[in-house]
Amino acid sequence: MSETTNTAAVHTVAPIALRRRITDHVMTGAAVLTVILVLLPLFAIFAYLVYRGVGSINWAFLTQTPRPVGEAGGGMANAIVGSALILAIASILGVPLGVGAGIYLAEYGRNRFGDAIRFTADVLNGVPSIVIGIVAFSIVVLYQGHFSALAGGVALAIMMIPTISRTTEEMLLLVPQPLREAAYGLGIPRWRTTLSITLRTATSGVITGIMLAFARVAGETAPLLFTTLGNQFWNLKVNEPTAALPLQIYVYANSPYDDWHRQAWAGAFVLIVLIVSAVAAVRFAVRRGTFGAA
Amino acid sequence: MSIPARPRPDMPAPQPVEGTKVSGVSLAGRRVAHSLPRASEVGDQVFKFIMLLCGLAVLAMLVLIVYELTAGSGRSWHAFGFKFFAGRDWDPVNEQFGALPFIYGTLVSSLLALLIAVPLSIGVAVFTTEMCPVGLRGPLSFFVELLAAIPSVVYGLWAVFVLVPILTAYVGPFLARTLGWSGMFDGPFYGISMLAAGIILAIMIIPIISSITREVLMVVPQHQREAALALGATRWEMIRVGVLRNARAGIMGGIILGLGRALGETMAVTMVIGNNPQIVKSLFAPGHTMASVLANEFSEATGDVHRAALIEIGLALFLVTIVVNAFARLLVWSVTRGQPSRANV
Repeated sequence: MSETTNTAAVHTVAPIALRRRITDHVMTGAAVLTVILVLLPLFAIFAYLVYRGVGSINWAFLTQTPRPVGEAGGGMANAIVGSALILAIASILGVPLGVGAGIYLAEYGRNRFGDAIRFTADVLNGVPSIVIGIVAFSIVVLYQGHFSALAGGVALAIMMIPTISRTTEEMLLLVPQPLREAAYGLGIPRWRTTLSITLRTATSGVITGIMLAFARVAGETAPLLFTTLGNQFWNLKVNEPTAALPLQIYVYANSPYDDWHRQAWAGAFVLIVLIVSAVAAVRFAVRRGTFGAA
Repeated sequence: MSIPARPRPDMPAPQPVEGTKVSGVSLAGRRVAHSLPRASEVGDQVFKFIMLLCGLAVLAMLVLIVYELTAGSGRSWHAFGFKFFAGRDWDPVNEQFGALPFIYGTLVSSLLALLIAVPLSIGVAVFTTEMCPVGLRGPLSFFVELLAAIPSVVYGLWAVFVLVPILTAYVGPFLARTLGWSGMFDGPFYGISMLAAGIILAIMIIPIISSITREVLMVVPQHQREAALALGATRWEMIRVGVLRNARAGIMGGIILGLGRALGETMAVTMVIGNNPQIVKSLFAPGHTMASVLANEFSEATGDVHRAALIEIGLALFLVTIVVNAFARLLVWSVTRGQPSRANV
């Protein structure tokens, strides 16, 4: 009897019960399984995009406009250009407002009012994009009397502003306070300090934030459905209905024609490549450029 | 004129609040030397005013959304009142509108998505923060967040041509065999269904829930883990008692944020749910959601009342997502102490 207590004392730590060890292994296994289950669709999606997309892209796809219903061939050139137009409008409206709001929050917004804006921006981030589409429809399409690229741009801008303002604020707050103080010490006015010192120092971070917002809205379809509407032909006018890549993918995916399905995959591939390369290009330029690191 | 220095939790800690010292100096200088404000001070005022306008634009956007949605839905509200949300008929031709089938579809598809996504996301977050080798951490979270960068319409495309055939060939028959008795998997299955919508939604909200869960797990103090291990806990017991229990509120916030995203998700859902306004128990049957009816009918609304009814659905969707998101933000803020969320949602 006393011998057994002795051996137990030698062990000092009681061996962990088998049941607990098994539970530990089972839960570790379960966690690994969840990772596999989550990564599986990711790889499946990318594999299919490349597999169906690359095979479907040809010169005609990139240079021609859609053929009439049921006719094979044609392409999405007008949709690619249309998307660029809509995104340009969205950026022109959204980037200055978003960055400005971010500057306000970082430099002047350390109060209740700033908190209200901050909270509003976070909440706006979660508003469904289709609801933003309704608002853009009400303020632009109903006012103008027809669908237009401008309406789509306004919708996307509304989606960009909250994201950009929050990331800009975050990046400006990372700029060390002594840098601002040094500028004040040199007699540089506050506005000039903010623009030329603070914002300049944080440029790479701010641009990354802008690109994230851009990438997010570039693939948006829902807010374009009843703002830009889509178009079978070339259009470069701000006030006309315009084709957009995501819209075209949606329409073609829902169609009964095999050739249009093929083009939908090609369009999805082009869309992903454009989004990824836009983000990568800017990141690369920012890292290599003279902006300085944030 | 300088804003009173009030310490905020999301401010980098030891730094003084900007402007206090400096504007004090310039104010003193003005009092002594200048009777008129210097050019730079005019510039400062103008600059601050312009930035303030930009900040106000954010508030104005919210006001604008609320105004346009309430004004636009007026006719429907006058015609149907609260009955709108209880009615089951959606008949644009006879101008009878009830939103219940869409509310039902939105709720069922989102809850189904949560049911699938929550265990998976928490598993991924736990694995990346607590279990996996450090070198794997970065790539793994990068890959999961890559899921968030894929546009909704591409998810829809993939779901239509890849997921739905897999569901009809394998998953559907399996579910009918094993769980058919429950009545949830009844009737013919053509793939286009509430089930497909729930699954694609789950894939789409996993990155949000898992990235926020990961963020929350990372702010759990290290000594909680060490204490649990020192008491002889196995790794899983340490995670359960020391980590997950401490992070409950934040994980809940992440889940609710995922719910908010699922409620408003439009394109992928409308491509696979079948767009049929009906209330059926079986997940094999097609359905319709609030967002998908907007996508399908808004640009071709037959009349003013039809459009107003659709805008009212949009208003309801907006209000629900606002409440859900605000609640989730507060939960996440309470855990991460107001640091702005790094996950872009």
